[in-house]
Amino acid sequence: MNWRNKVRMALACLLGTFFLLALASELVAPYSYARQFRDLPLAAPSAAHPLGTDALGRDVFSRVLYGSRVSLLLAPAAALLATVIAGVSGALAGLRGGWWEKTILASADLMMALPLLFVLLALRATLPLDVAPLLSAAATFALLGLLGWPASLRVVWAATRNIRESEFLTLARAQGIGPVRMVLRHVLPNVRPVLQAQFWVTIPVFILAEATLSMLGLGVMEPLPSWGNLLRGLEDLSALRANPGLLSPLVLLILVVRGLQMLLPPREELAS
Amino acid sequence: MRRCVPAGMLVLLCVAAPACAQNGGVLHFCLHGEPKTFNPILVDDEAAENIRYLTGGVLIRLNRQTQTLEPGLATSWSVSKDGRTIRLKLRKDLHFSDGTPFSSEDVAYTFKTLMDPQVHSPTGDAFRSGEGAVEIKTPSVDSVAITFPARVAGLEQLLDQVAIMSAHSAKKEMAVLGPFYVSEYRAGSYVELARNPNYWKRDAKGQALPYLDGIHLDIQRNRDIELLRFERGELQLINRLDAQSYKRLEKENAAEVHDSGAGLDSDQLWFNQNPNAPVPEFKRAWFRATEFRRAVSLAINREDLIRIVFGGYAKPAYGPVSPANQFWFNSALPAPRFDPQGALRLLAQVGFRFANGELRDRAGNAVAFTLVTTSGNAMREKMAAMIQQDLSQIGMKVSIVTLDMPSLIERMTRTFDYEACLLGLVNTDLDPNGQMTVWLSSGDNHQWNPNQKAPATEWEAQLDKAMREQASAATEQERKKKFDEAQQIIYEQQPFIYLVNRDVLTAFAPTLVGAAPTVLTPQAFWNAEELRLAPATAGKAAQAAAQQSAVQH
Repeated sequence: MNWRNKVRMALACLLGTFFLLALASELVAPYSYARQFRDLPLAAPSAAHPLGTDALGRDVFSRVLYGSRVSLLLAPAAALLATVIAGVSGALAGLRGGWWEKTILASADLMMALPLLFVLLALRATLPLDVAPLLSAAATFALLGLLGWPASLRVVWAATRNIRESEFLTLARAQGIGPVRMVLRHVLPNVRPVLQAQFWVTIPVFILAEATLSMLGLGVMEPLPSWGNLLRGLEDLSALRANPGLLSPLVLLILVVRGLQMLLPPREELAS
Repeated sequence: MRRCVPAGMLVLLCVAAPACAQNGGVLHFCLHGEPKTFNPILVDDEAAENIRYLTGGVLIRLNRQTQTLEPGLATSWSVSKDGRTIRLKLRKDLHFSDGTPFSSEDVAYTFKTLMDPQVHSPTGDAFRSGEGAVEIKTPSVDSVAITFPARVAGLEQLLDQVAIMSAHSAKKEMAVLGPFYVSEYRAGSYVELARNPNYWKRDAKGQALPYLDGIHLDIQRNRDIELLRFERGELQLINRLDAQSYKRLEKENAAEVHDSGAGLDSDQLWFNQNPNAPVPEFKRAWFRATEFRRAVSLAINREDLIRIVFGGYAKPAYGPVSPANQFWFNSALPAPRFDPQGALRLLAQVGFRFANGELRDRAGNAVAFTLVTTSGNAMREKMAAMIQQDLSQIGMKVSIVTLDMPSLIERMTRTFDYEACLLGLVNTDLDPNGQMTVWLSSGDNHQWNPNQKAPATEWEAQLDKAMREQASAATEQERKKKFDEAQQIIYEQQPFIYLVNRDVLTAFAPTLVGAAPTVLTPQAFWNAEELRLAPATAGKAAQAAAQQSAVQH
């Protein structure tokens, strides 16, 4: 095992541990994410509250753990959904060309032209109000996944076009393989690095989109934390001065996203 | 040696600063939105209202500090016993800003336009007390009698909102009788007001007012930018700060900020009692129970809300009238209490049972409801989260949903698809008649159950009666007595659970002389005609304005 693989293994262990901690947040977190210590609003980090407290006196460490569970489970799930939609339809468009290509790209353009936030606002307005917070969070990420694929689609389509005239696809066509099988067996494995990159890139985008949606009442509802609504704490600079621990969700987001990117096979490996 | 100024001399210089204030100079501050109109009778937004206040001449002015009425364009007035007619004696030899003479014809013209149904004047709505036309008589150039089809309660005070327009000026509504007139307007950027050379008012020494040459109003919606510009000395006042900005400025210079105490605005929550609302019947039964609403009120810790959400800059709300409203506030109302055990006792009286941290009604339904509020309002979201925890102490499970304002309004006024709502009420009117549509059961703004054909409950019938009687009472004292009764009913029934009255927080540059902020709008510049700038500020502001102008060009 070379040093690069060792680093990747160590990173994988670290992220895995963190993932497990987040999953077991109910056991690990010292307090409930909703409990308010009203005598200690914006308390600096201490033994009782390792990352301090927020403006309502809630333990930031506990909220980060619970919030990680929501974001680390739901953002990748939404990113996976978006990548699958983008992968299949992008590959089909790139492979078939003609009317298939025009129709799929036009629908992607249409989706990109739609003001996503307003679409989500309209959808949220039609949902019932008495939805459990976790279900509301899941619905939010599902909507993000269902609406967030067009940008990835264009990348996959461009990658597929590059291999459309390749020998192995010509041979597959000559053998009479159908388009669906060709996409699943021949195209997608060959654009896998592109799909992986799109997947990892989309995760932080969706986490931040969820933060924006939370501000519009579409994201994860209080008091359930997510990285998105925890990041809203950064709006208040005076609060940050009082408790720098409020920066922890941002630090965590950067670490996890960077860690996930480092776990990807290096460029030369992908090229080979 | 210039640094060795004796301390005594420094003190002398500081004390003398106001005396150094000079006439002239341009005051800079921000409007928080685009004025939709400069026509005073069409004003319907805060920015336009501020401009109307600064430019409009009114017959009777409400002194924002003493909350008493003072002569404006009218030197004296009397209201008939039936409350329909007001007779006014006008000042003589006054001129509009463009030089057009002022007479009783202008008053008649203004009221005819104001009451014209085709004009749809929001200001005029307050005078529409009954069917029929307004009669205006002008026996002479300096006297006028206005007769309304029915009694208009608080008639004199309503005149504070009516800026008199010229019947003959070619400049139409741009000819004004107030201390300033609009000299320049660039949409989305600024409104420039210049000193009205024909303004009638003089100070105690006989000197013509206003002292300032003009006011530059930047249109700036972003409060952070406003704060930054104030800190850089480009603005001399901020009208209404939030608690966070107030604390920030207080740390930098405590002399610059001013807390005028509780204002008229309130934050409150209410339950949807509308029979047509898509709310389960058993929940509607909870919401209709007075004990349920009072228990919720008792279980909310208002002191914690004030300390944590408002940084201490708010007061517990008693009811529909803030203690800041000196005349109309019912001081006999007891202060709101925090008593979760008392709440549980009240709930037990109507069959609710609290066990294992959960509250259930007589039929065994767990008490849970959704509280909607506006999204993007950090303070209100914090309030909702705290209320959620407070109510969990008495076993109520509250889900919070934040919605954008249009969606929320849609649910409140059309679909009625919500269970409980947390919102704020901006109140600019001292007189209870401004709240008629809130308290009458037939009112559009009777939010918990609006537009009722007949009062749904006995207490709403009593409330209707008290409100109607106060509106038609002959004297102010009788009106007060009736409105006290209305406040008592509201306090007992808690259709709105009042939470806090936010403090009125303002900021002034140290070199702005004569500032005396109040709780009534416009809080920081109600006495704009008496404000002065110290010489250094006048120079600095002019320099900043010149720099900004250079950048813009």
